[in-house]
Amino acid sequence: MPVKEGIRQRTGAALWRRPWLRGALTLSPPLLWFLVIYLSSLVVMLITAFFSVDSLTGNVIYQWTWSNFSQIFTQSVYGSIILRTVLMAVLVTITDALIALPFAFYLAKVAGRRWRHLLLSLLLMPLWASYLAKVYAWINILSNKGVLPDLESHLHLPITHIAFTNIAMWIVFSYLWLPFMIVPIYGAFERVPNSLLEASSDLGAGSWQTFRWVILPMVLPGIVAGSIFTFSLTLGDFITPLLIGGSSSTFIGNAIYDSAINGGNLPFAAALAFVSIAIMAIYLLLAKLAGAFEAL
Amino acid sequence: MKSSRIRQLASVSAAALVLGLMTAPAAFAASTAAPPTQGIKPLQSVGKGEGHLSLIAWEGYAQPQWVKPFTAATGCKVSVKYAGSSSEMVSLMANGGGQYDLVSASGDADLRLIYGGDVKPINIKLIPSWSEFHPFLQSPPFNTINGVHYGISYEFGPNVLLYSTKTFPKAPTSWSVLYNPKYKGKITVPDNPIQIADAALYLSKIEPSLHITNPYELTQHQFSDAVALLKVEHPFIKKYWDLASQEISLFQNGEAVVGAAWPYQTNTLIAAGAKVADTIPKQGATGWADTWLLAKDAPDPNCAYKWMAYVSTPKIQAEEAVYFGETPANTLACSIMNTLQKGACADYHANAPEAYFSTIKFWQTPLAACGNGKNDCVDFTQWQQAWTQIIG
Repeated sequence: MPVKEGIRQRTGAALWRRPWLRGALTLSPPLLWFLVIYLSSLVVMLITAFFSVDSLTGNVIYQWTWSNFSQIFTQSVYGSIILRTVLMAVLVTITDALIALPFAFYLAKVAGRRWRHLLLSLLLMPLWASYLAKVYAWINILSNKGVLPDLESHLHLPITHIAFTNIAMWIVFSYLWLPFMIVPIYGAFERVPNSLLEASSDLGAGSWQTFRWVILPMVLPGIVAGSIFTFSLTLGDFITPLLIGGSSSTFIGNAIYDSAINGGNLPFAAALAFVSIAIMAIYLLLAKLAGAFEAL
Repeated sequence: MKSSRIRQLASVSAAALVLGLMTAPAAFAASTAAPPTQGIKPLQSVGKGEGHLSLIAWEGYAQPQWVKPFTAATGCKVSVKYAGSSSEMVSLMANGGGQYDLVSASGDADLRLIYGGDVKPINIKLIPSWSEFHPFLQSPPFNTINGVHYGISYEFGPNVLLYSTKTFPKAPTSWSVLYNPKYKGKITVPDNPIQIADAALYLSKIEPSLHITNPYELTQHQFSDAVALLKVEHPFIKKYWDLASQEISLFQNGEAVVGAAWPYQTNTLIAAGAKVADTIPKQGATGWADTWLLAKDAPDPNCAYKWMAYVSTPKIQAEEAVYFGETPANTLACSIMNTLQKGACADYHANAPEAYFSTIKFWQTPLAACGNGKNDCVDFTQWQQAWTQIIG
């Protein structure tokens, strides 16, 4: 007597016979989420960038216009805001890479097991603290009555006035995003076999030559991966400029905040947001050319 | 013209519907002729409370010491959303429609809310304390249009010149100190487009040839001069402050010695032992005057009226004034202020003659249609953009 198939068995069998259906059913919820929530909101933002607002009531006027973009590209102030933001992102990225390289090398190749674990947890610890608390801590270090000027006066050094300048922003950004640079470089160093370093020195290469021709090509994808974090995090930030920046510290993020929240001009904010998306797209393209994604 | 606009709107709305994310709000053509909600009949009598009330307020305007007794007396449970700027209030009201009952907006946002159709007329007879208000705050142009009230005035105050008494043993008498290279790197002013009005007020006195009569109604020529003055000031600025607490710590650390401030900063700094004082220079001052405005789709109108009546009473007005460092609209609050803090009534000018109040130019929304019947004034969007130019 044949076993009567239940609905479960039949569905199971049908799915087993049709792998494409299985794939579609598994993939469609995340895909749907990606398309509907993520991509379409970006599309809506792009569309909004071509509208304008009624200056009195703040209501959006649904008429196609290039005015937002032409304003961004013709008014010199937006040029200098964009330039300032990108320069800071580049500077922070270079600073973090220079600090992270020797640190990650020590962590991966020199430090013993115990010491490495301790350093790694110390490195990641600041990530548990609130971003705001860290920025305010830096205000307390750098401001006139802060720790740094206090230390300088004890050591009879000239007193620096760093708080509320672009230098302060550079220091704080470099501090905030450093772990995001060290971790991928550390991972890249771990993948460099020690035997290669030994072979290099056996063959007569000096330490600089070993670094330049053996280590650097192998950790470059790690550096680029870390730089994507430091670059994009700096590019999109607006709180650090607000809190510790000076009188000429407006970032793209601040300009977006001002037009969206203070000006109630969402279309213009959307247009500005697309500038940072475009900059990031260019950066990712360059990173791809540098081979950053091959190691992922 | 109109039909092409509607067609465009329709096609855009269709695109939005496809995306399933955007609802299509009706396109609203700007018209300064009449606020869109002016025909809505206000409540005729206050009924039983709905049990809850939802506010958008300045921080410090819905403290537990006032909310708790209110809830006990009326049964209206109060939830509050704090906003950091007038414009944030406008966007909260525009985008959170139907969610909020009242908003404590300042004069620079009121007309945007009224002409944007986000608030509706109120029945002033349902708020008994209104008759005790300073006459200039009963039907001020920023919340009353063509005799229709859209809200009830609350508290007000001047924007003062805050200075370190170490640097200035004698109070500065002119706003010119903010434009003086001598204090380069020691000046702080608010990060707010309405700051252009402060420059315009100063210019109106030192450059009479510009004929500035109202610092919020500026022709392109007058506006450009005010913006140029602020660009001159830019290199002298240590920081444009966004939060009152930022200015307080700038003065505490000696990072700034002079700046534009609210009396709140002065009070807090003096209480913390800082050597500062404030003054209203001879050119006069700009100021803010807040209004509780009733949302168009307020879900709890009865509780909203109960709240407006409650916060208009002399007792609450006096307590709020002393707490925040501002002046109550209710003239009977004066004596209660003095029992809360000695001399508070005079300190905050609550008993000043009406002539004093006319020296304060209260914040109002800059509109293209200025008082002269012409349409040649610079509007708020341009103020906002010019401000980005100044600080960028």
